[in-house]
Amino acid sequence: MHKFFDKNISLFSSICAIISGLIVGLIIMLFTNPSEAFSAFFTILTGGFQEGFVSISRMLYDAAPLILTGLSVGFSFKTGLFNIGAPGQLIMGAIVAIIAGVHFTFLGAFQWLIALILAGIAGALWAIIPGVLKAYRHVNEVVSTIMMNYIGLYLAVYLVKLVVYNREKNESLYVHANAVIPSIKLGNLTISWGFLIALLIIVIFHIILTRTVFGYELKTVGFNHHAAQYAGMNAKRNIILSLVISGALAGLAGGVIYLNNIGRALEVVDVLPNEGYLGIPVALIGLNNPIGIFFAGLFMSYITLGGFYMQIYNFVPEIIDVIISSIIYFSALVMLFKALLEKLGKRRNVHG
Amino acid sequence: MEYVVEMLNITKAFPGIVANDDVTFRLRKGEIHALLGENGAGKSTLMSILFGLYQPDKGEIRIKGKPVKIKNPNDANDYGIGMVHQHFKLIHNFTVAENIILGKEDTQWGFITKQKAIEKIVELSEFYKLKVDPHAYIKDISVGMQQRVEILKMLYRDAEILIFDEPTAVLTPQEIQDLMTIMRNLVKEGKSIILITHKLKEIKQVADRVTVLRKGKCIGTVDVDKTTEVELAEMMVGRKVLFRIDKQINEGTENILTVKNLSLVSKEHDRLLLNNINFHVRKGEIVGIAGIEGNGQSELVYCLTGLNHDYEGKIHFKDFDITNRSIRERTALGIGHIPEDRHKFGLVLDYNLAENLILQTYYQKNFQNRGFFQFTFIRNFAEKLIQTFDIRASRGIDTIVRSMSGGNQQKAIIAREVSRSPELLIAVQPTRGLDVGAIEYIHKELIKHRDQGNAVLLVSLELDEIMNLADRILVMYEGEIVACLKTDETDENELGLYMAGAKRGDISNA
Repeated sequence: MHKFFDKNISLFSSICAIISGLIVGLIIMLFTNPSEAFSAFFTILTGGFQEGFVSISRMLYDAAPLILTGLSVGFSFKTGLFNIGAPGQLIMGAIVAIIAGVHFTFLGAFQWLIALILAGIAGALWAIIPGVLKAYRHVNEVVSTIMMNYIGLYLAVYLVKLVVYNREKNESLYVHANAVIPSIKLGNLTISWGFLIALLIIVIFHIILTRTVFGYELKTVGFNHHAAQYAGMNAKRNIILSLVISGALAGLAGGVIYLNNIGRALEVVDVLPNEGYLGIPVALIGLNNPIGIFFAGLFMSYITLGGFYMQIYNFVPEIIDVIISSIIYFSALVMLFKALLEKLGKRRNVHG
Repeated sequence: MEYVVEMLNITKAFPGIVANDDVTFRLRKGEIHALLGENGAGKSTLMSILFGLYQPDKGEIRIKGKPVKIKNPNDANDYGIGMVHQHFKLIHNFTVAENIILGKEDTQWGFITKQKAIEKIVELSEFYKLKVDPHAYIKDISVGMQQRVEILKMLYRDAEILIFDEPTAVLTPQEIQDLMTIMRNLVKEGKSIILITHKLKEIKQVADRVTVLRKGKCIGTVDVDKTTEVELAEMMVGRKVLFRIDKQINEGTENILTVKNLSLVSKEHDRLLLNNINFHVRKGEIVGIAGIEGNGQSELVYCLTGLNHDYEGKIHFKDFDITNRSIRERTALGIGHIPEDRHKFGLVLDYNLAENLILQTYYQKNFQNRGFFQFTFIRNFAEKLIQTFDIRASRGIDTIVRSMSGGNQQKAIIAREVSRSPELLIAVQPTRGLDVGAIEYIHKELIKHRDQGNAVLLVSLELDEIMNLADRILVMYEGEIVACLKTDETDENELGLYMAGAKRGDISNA
């Protein structure tokens, strides 16, 4: 058990963050409506299985873009860069996917795949600008990516109105049937290709980081950019590539969200899609590890679904936002938990 | 015999290590008592306990015979204990007087009154022969002067017991002599001094008694005039130590590195960091670059290795003009680099040993195939280096480098650089912070590398190291090379004059 604990200290610290977040949520629920708090809380915890395979399918569907944005943030973290630009890259991917999904009907059965690829390219292009600014002019990527988020948001809104506007609903047009990402059915379980693509990217991500020269360079720059320079690595190229790949993943998430037939379109509002920002806590809880990010994305999707079902009790669904924000808050403290656990572990080793 | 400080049977443990194990240390009134030990022997811990920074787990402290509890540095000050830290704690844009009174200012109506303080400072500095200008700004005075300010700071607070923590590390040989005189003056006037050091020569020169610590344990206290440097070294390390490495002076053969008119301007201050540097290094010789810290040695290395490209002038290596070549190209041409700061440049602390050992070669054939690492080859390669260079690591090549000792970390860097057989090895402070055993090992490696017909450029702040290893010595002062000397035709005093800028030599053969 001790050995297991030592090896999985990261995992335990993430779980600590999640449990702490849930406890905060429960406390708030107890304050607002004590009589139903526990049953509602139970619903949140079991949300992902509430309606059996229907719920599970839904959870996997919603998890795909979260995993992708989580990977986006996590990938740039590995190079020591904090890409807060995932929402902007995501919305650029989204608008390009929607345009291709509405207008490029000549592509036939491949329309969804091409639209998705274009979404990835759009996100990548959107991340090049902060990448170049960082590499050549030392502009802090946090600042530049945040600014790119808002430029992206208004550009996307403008493009919606220009080429794919649904005047009645004040949002983008629905994409063509060929542009909807297909699903496969395994008995009662429906799995979208979006989820499968996310899985594929996790595998690629893992291979790049553990087996390739490229991944070694990226990690070296992230761990110690002085040592990377000393070893003659091309820091500029690595910074740009890291942000471009990160942007491509976020753009892909945009495509995965909006190439749908469940009625979700890009609204003409001044708000960036939530999935973009959620990439940050997903990456944090997942400790920037591809497999960790996979489970963190699944968990986020699961608990959001729980919040949806919780509405049958006398609770506003915003409670779930509070819980998620608390988890986000605590996930930022993951590093602290980790340090504390390591200290505990050490102390035990000394005395034991 | 009257003792001013008695630390009796002090034990202090930190998680994983017992820093002080039943250590007893007694300081007599009016003596200079040296505290000798390698890095990690427990000297700093013991003094931190005396200064109130740590509480001992066991043991008793007596000041002038009375048992006391020192809970923080303020308590220590009240008992008349003052400390000159290795890294000075001075505010650079304050004057000397302002720094001395800092924390003990006299005020009138809330305004600081300096006149009386300045009078006291002048009086003190005359009495103890510590000449300083109380109105000078710290940033304008030399390191030796800054140290005097630190000493005056303690005297101003009426300290009776003065702790000097490695005081000579930053000084020139002449400044060291001055400091010795100052210390003798201080004890003559009744102060008592604890001198923390690992330099045996200084102990022989100035101390009355010496207490030796090794691995947290007190090995013994001896009278300095009844012992020898060799005996002290044995007490410190626990075995016999070679002081001088037997080696021949080598002339070298053909030129391998030629530096022409190299200059570098600081971007921030518009000041010349390197001023028209010309020298060459030949195959089969070790060229030492001596100088006090901050006289352009680091910058010169940055230019030679390509870490800094903003210089003017020309650098030739073998038959190539490498002036505009990248770091990677220079490395591939055969330049090895043991960097000054091993944690900043030399290692990725979160990588394991194998990943660090391939840091310079990971992109080469054999190590990778179409961008994918060849793990079998890499593991064999790393295993071989560990064995050849005797790198000790708890989990072999999978050990995270952060958890390794400084000596073994440095050995890893040396293994990586030397195993590539670079025709020119630039070694900067290769033994900084290492214990005597590791130093001996690294010196032997450098000489072996030379004897295989390669060139070594050794940059070091330790004169002993330069004198021991170099065939030819260049001295740097304020960004210039001011002397070029043959090791067997010079001595430390002459070098010291050049290092302090008091003398300039013939550099036409540099």
